[in-house]
Amino acid sequence: MKQPFENVVAQHGATVLRVCRVVLGPHDADDAWSETFLSAMRAYPDLPETANVEAWLVTIAHRKAIDVLRVAKRSPLPVDEVPEAPTGRDIPDPGDADLWALVKGLPSKQRQAVAYRYVAGLAYAEIAEILGGSVEAARRAAADGLKSLRKKYPGEIMKGASS
Amino acid sequence: MNDIRPGDDMAALLSTPVDADTLGRLHRRLEQAAERADLIDVAYTTIDSPVGKLLLAATPEGLVRVAYAREDHDRVLEALGRELSPRILRAPKRLDESAREIDEYFAKRRQVFDLRLDLSLSRGFRRLVQTHLPEIGYGQTRSYRDMAELVGNPKAVRAVGTACATNPLPIVVPCHRVLRTDGTLGGYIGGLEAKTMLLNLEAAA
Repeated sequence: MKQPFENVVAQHGATVLRVCRVVLGPHDADDAWSETFLSAMRAYPDLPETANVEAWLVTIAHRKAIDVLRVAKRSPLPVDEVPEAPTGRDIPDPGDADLWALVKGLPSKQRQAVAYRYVAGLAYAEIAEILGGSVEAARRAAADGLKSLRKKYPGEIMKGASS
Repeated sequence: MNDIRPGDDMAALLSTPVDADTLGRLHRRLEQAAERADLIDVAYTTIDSPVGKLLLAATPEGLVRVAYAREDHDRVLEALGRELSPRILRAPKRLDESAREIDEYFAKRRQVFDLRLDLSLSRGFRRLVQTHLPEIGYGQTRSYRDMAELVGNPKAVRAVGTACATNPLPIVVPCHRVLRTDGTLGGYIGGLEAKTMLLNLEAAA
């Protein structure tokens, strides 16, 4: 049975926001989240009952993030007006600015694959469908992205991790 | 974690905490955007009242459901999803007027509700009966038999009982004012305690 949409927001809202933060960075994540859930609400009645709701939401978030990135590319100069979006607030641990810079520096396929695999927990088959390309390519993008982050991000996390 | 998978360390780092304030702010933004885009088929909220927590739900047509806590609000919302639309969002703004009038009713500052109602959850005879219930004035009562006569079907006493028991808009559509012919309470969707409370509230006015 299909859940009321409110339950979808309650169950997946936090995960979708985390995914958007990784793909877009903390500052643009709120806008992408809002666009994602608005689109999802529009399409929700047509979603098959057997669908994986989280994968569906991440697919929408992926497209919305691409839109945001496209707009950002088209207007490389920051506008005069400060956007009303609350930048700097409730953003992930500010001490991890280094990590965010590293994430931002990844090729976008890798960044997306890492987000969908390690933050959303999607299967590689689902990720391949979102990114286009083979399952193997999705697996490789996630692995390469992760490896690159591990190599460049020194810190306490390294102690239990690989060499 | 005993079972460390590759990527767990990074997954933990990248899975940033999302606090309730952030989600609350984003939710309000979604409510506004969805309302502007006419996407909220059913908006709802819950309010506190002397008869417990009440769920209020409205379509763009009007108030469509008032539910007591004992009906289980989650199940009521699921039923609304099946019967009306799964595009259901907690969006209190659409219910502001209904909530205000219900507050006034319990504060004895209101005897008649002046709200747009959406009766689409009821059909046929039930709907007919429910349409006539507001004709029983504040502080008055009628028997199930009286109601059957009022809707022109004096033999349908039992069906009137069913219509009252399935009233989707209790309190606002006053099925609590219908009693058994012998004056005993009969049933009530909100429980007999709530029915007694409403009748006493109105009698004391």
